[in-house]
Amino acid sequence: MAFEYAPAPESRSVVDLAPSYGLFIDGEFTDAADGTVFKSVSPSTEEVLAEVARAGEADVDRAVKAARKAFTSWSALPGAERGKYLFRIARIVQERSRELAVLESLDNGKPIRETRDVDLPLVAAHFFYYAGWADKLSYAGYGPDPKPLGVAGQVIPWNFPLLMLAWKIAPALAAGNTVVLKPAETTPLSALFFADVCRQAGLPRGVVNILPGYGDAGAALVAHEGVDKVAFTGSTEVGKAIARTVAGTDKKVTLELGGKAANIVFDDAPIDQAVEGIVNGIFFNQGHVCCAGSRLLVQESVQDEVLDALKRRMATLRVGDPLDKNTDIGAINSPEQLARITALAEAGEAEGAQRWAPACELPSAGYWFAPTLFTGVTQAHRIAREEIFGPVLSVLTFRTPAEAVEKANNTPYGLSAGIWTEKGSRILSMANKLKAGVVWANTFNKFDPTSPFGGYKESGYGREGGRHGLEGYLDV
Amino acid sequence: MPSPVPAYAPDAAGRLAALSDVTASDRALRRFLHGLPGVDAVGLEARAAGLGTRSIKTTAKAYAIDLAISMIDLTTLEGADTPGKVRALCAKGIQPDPTDRTTPKVAAICVYPDMVATAKEALGDSGIHVASVATAFPAGRTALPVKLADTADAVAAGADEIDMVIDRGAFLSGRYLEVFEEIRAVKQACVRADKSVAHLKVIFENGELATYDNIRRCSWLAMLAGADFIKTSTGKVAVNATPPNTLLMLEAVRDFRATVGVQVGVKPAGGIRTSKDAIKYLVMVNETLGDDWLSPDWFRFGASSLLNDLLMQRQKLSTGRYSGPDYVTVD
Amino acid sequence: MSEQSRLSVFKTYKLYVGGKFPRSESGRVYEVTDSKGGSWLANAPQASRKDARDAVVAARKAFGGWSGATAYNRGQVLYRVAEMLEGRREQFVREVAEAEGLSKSKAGAAVDAAVDRWVWYAGWTDKIAQVVGGANPVAGPYFNLSTPEPTGVVAVLAPQDSSLLGLVSVLAPVIATGSTAVVVASEAAPLPALSFGEVLATSDVPGGVVNILSGRTAELATPLASHQDVNALDLTGASVDLARTLEEAAADNLKRVRRPAPEDWSTDPGTSRLTAWLETKTVWHPIGV
Repeated sequence: MAFEYAPAPESRSVVDLAPSYGLFIDGEFTDAADGTVFKSVSPSTEEVLAEVARAGEADVDRAVKAARKAFTSWSALPGAERGKYLFRIARIVQERSRELAVLESLDNGKPIRETRDVDLPLVAAHFFYYAGWADKLSYAGYGPDPKPLGVAGQVIPWNFPLLMLAWKIAPALAAGNTVVLKPAETTPLSALFFADVCRQAGLPRGVVNILPGYGDAGAALVAHEGVDKVAFTGSTEVGKAIARTVAGTDKKVTLELGGKAANIVFDDAPIDQAVEGIVNGIFFNQGHVCCAGSRLLVQESVQDEVLDALKRRMATLRVGDPLDKNTDIGAINSPEQLARITALAEAGEAEGAQRWAPACELPSAGYWFAPTLFTGVTQAHRIAREEIFGPVLSVLTFRTPAEAVEKANNTPYGLSAGIWTEKGSRILSMANKLKAGVVWANTFNKFDPTSPFGGYKESGYGREGGRHGLEGYLDV
Repeated sequence: MPSPVPAYAPDAAGRLAALSDVTASDRALRRFLHGLPGVDAVGLEARAAGLGTRSIKTTAKAYAIDLAISMIDLTTLEGADTPGKVRALCAKGIQPDPTDRTTPKVAAICVYPDMVATAKEALGDSGIHVASVATAFPAGRTALPVKLADTADAVAAGADEIDMVIDRGAFLSGRYLEVFEEIRAVKQACVRADKSVAHLKVIFENGELATYDNIRRCSWLAMLAGADFIKTSTGKVAVNATPPNTLLMLEAVRDFRATVGVQVGVKPAGGIRTSKDAIKYLVMVNETLGDDWLSPDWFRFGASSLLNDLLMQRQKLSTGRYSGPDYVTVD
Repeated sequence: MSEQSRLSVFKTYKLYVGGKFPRSESGRVYEVTDSKGGSWLANAPQASRKDARDAVVAARKAFGGWSGATAYNRGQVLYRVAEMLEGRREQFVREVAEAEGLSKSKAGAAVDAAVDRWVWYAGWTDKIAQVVGGANPVAGPYFNLSTPEPTGVVAVLAPQDSSLLGLVSVLAPVIATGSTAVVVASEAAPLPALSFGEVLATSDVPGGVVNILSGRTAELATPLASHQDVNALDLTGASVDLARTLEEAAADNLKRVRRPAPEDWSTDPGTSRLTAWLETKTVWHPIGV
């Protein structure tokens, strides 16, 4: 190409990383009770970013007790005062958003373009939105004086570390709960920086506790008898285990789990925008998105046109250094995830689907997977049924709207769906029939703090965002 | 599909003729234009904005600045234009930066028809084209014979390129065939005595067409009628070239080449004043059309003040200091 | 130099119209005095009907952009007003104390409450639609959705008794949902309102969204109540007699009118001042393949 973009790296120096980080309990950083630590690695370079204390059962107990203690005064604060703390957090996140965006790209591997333009603005907006609810709970439709639940145990995934933290913490605090949050083991750093945001905001100690750790810490948190509310975002498998753990207790639970969304393109769709929506639907955040449009259902009459345009567009995707401002697709978050994507892609080939990827050079260090699409996929293929959670698109076709609905719904998941057509009545009819918690029409992967998000069926229960998102944190 | 040919190549006419059924009647043309895929405005604008976030630095920026300079149709279209003003502009176009002889020359000087001869003479054998607006620019509100005479006059005076305006009134009231025939007639008027042909740019005035669907339809209509270039605007109304309306036209020329085998150029005009803006447009060309359109033969900027900003940025790249308006020439 | 020997600099109080600080076009001022001792505080501009007309033009011009801004954006702007007001707390405590004859601590409480009221309404901008709007389950194959929309230009007679907290309490709900305002400040105590214009000008509130006039309430209210390009009228600061006359005038183009009523500015404001300036729009769309 004649017009080659020179490297445009975002500066790493805006983030001041310490060599090691502790657990954040009761307003202070501390070591784990048993002293164990783990390393957080940059998935794009395999470089160790920092050493982080690894929470165990004793630490969970300590954090839940701190949260319990803080709950008394926090829940007794007038809503307006709680709200002002959250507004402060929102503003500080806005102020520090460049630093946090770079940190997130380092620790997660996602492109700076996304952390800068999507993750961080949404994080601040989420806190801003729920800040406003803190003194308006009586208007939310849950009775004249709804009460908080108590201590919320929250476990979040690695795909949107800070955004998922915001989705969990903002409504919890607004409603008057206190929080113990466990970030994912591959992406603990932004949550620990968030602890510093809480310090700057003057948040009372114990209201937010952050426990970096592995699945064992998450399981201990979910099972802890001092936890009144469990909120989890992650795999369906773990979600089911959590549902079993809390059976028979009084714990309120919300689960936001996997998905296998159908992105349905009709022959009267605005094709250029549909192609952008398909690309955004599956390649946004390397496809590490539970609501990713991982199944493209395209009407047979426009199949060739759409696929040609899609391939042409995929050839322009820029894969590489997450800190380069021109990178579209960053690194896969971990070697484990890369292995899973690779295995499923191989299964796709073995089962007879045709694999295609644009020519693209992948860096030698780090974990990478080229944007890939499979054609000739049928409902029976594993790549049409299992969540790949990577930049891999399975293309299926349909002939009639009824067939599209049938195929789209033919999955245990039900998180999201996309519809592309210029015909308004068809959009609404399809939306009525799709069993999915979020339906995007002529757009995809749109998020807003005012808009409820969550799934049908094995994609989980409960909604996050909007007025609906308060319900999971109120005793109603 | 045989390999694509430029719109001005002799074979192009034959390929367009193969589509004569869609232009056989007003009804057929309307059916065809209304059958083009719709444009989702939000998605189009989001894509244009997304491309606008590309970060073009160092070597890429130097390349883009020189490319942009070479694509400029350096324009003066004022009632107050004089031969002196036009000659000064031509001198600027030939040697944009007197302090740096490595600066590329612009693509064309764009003037009113009565200034064509002056510009032609001033440009001499520099290789810079003379582009003339015609067809009662900018409103286009005269009878067809007047428009054709206006065009023929500019061509006779030596214009290498004609920038015509379409009849927006006819387009908006749905008389597509009338617009089509008018473009064809102007194209005929571009033929010189020696049978060579001035290249035809067709100006839509996107700000008056108002909707993206209209802009896509107008793009196809103009290309079917034989446009060598499609151009966003006159620069004389409130909304001129914007990244989304230009992106839409880039998509149209891409699709037209893919289906008809004829390659057409694109010229955004009006409101592009900074290097940053110009580079955003080049990024759009690069990622929508690729190398094939990244030359002055296929992409132009209709601009006047843009050139000096590009020159200041160029000086910044070569000296490391920010330049100021006193260090570029005012013409 | 000792403190006593330094002569202070007085501020010329001006109107706030279209994002600028003009004097009254009439050239008139009136004397504003301390509510306790009656001593001179400042000369306030005595705005005329032409100033009122200019303010309506400015408010109308600003309406498109302000009502078209996202609710989130308006929320951020309102919160910014709270931030800027908090930063000038000392100034307003003094002005409110002088204007209303309050002790420093009571004036301080009023200013604090005024800051918090901006925060309250900042939070409402992107929630009111979820509380008062929603999908309607019509009996047929139609999608049917009702959403609130701002009514337009609202003329507001600010309360006479509460120079800042009262003003904020009537103004913030107008602009929270996207309407624009022409406010007539408390006649006897306009200075905090006029200074508040400076807070708005240094927040991110676009010029013309709020326009503040001082002068004789009846003189300014009359042209506003009959103005054909004003959509609604808040009569909070009008006497009972004046309110009746104004409501009659407002009937001419069916302005939405909020009548004066006893108010306690220190209590939970509820949502009635938000919904007073909202129109409900209902959209029908067929559902079918």
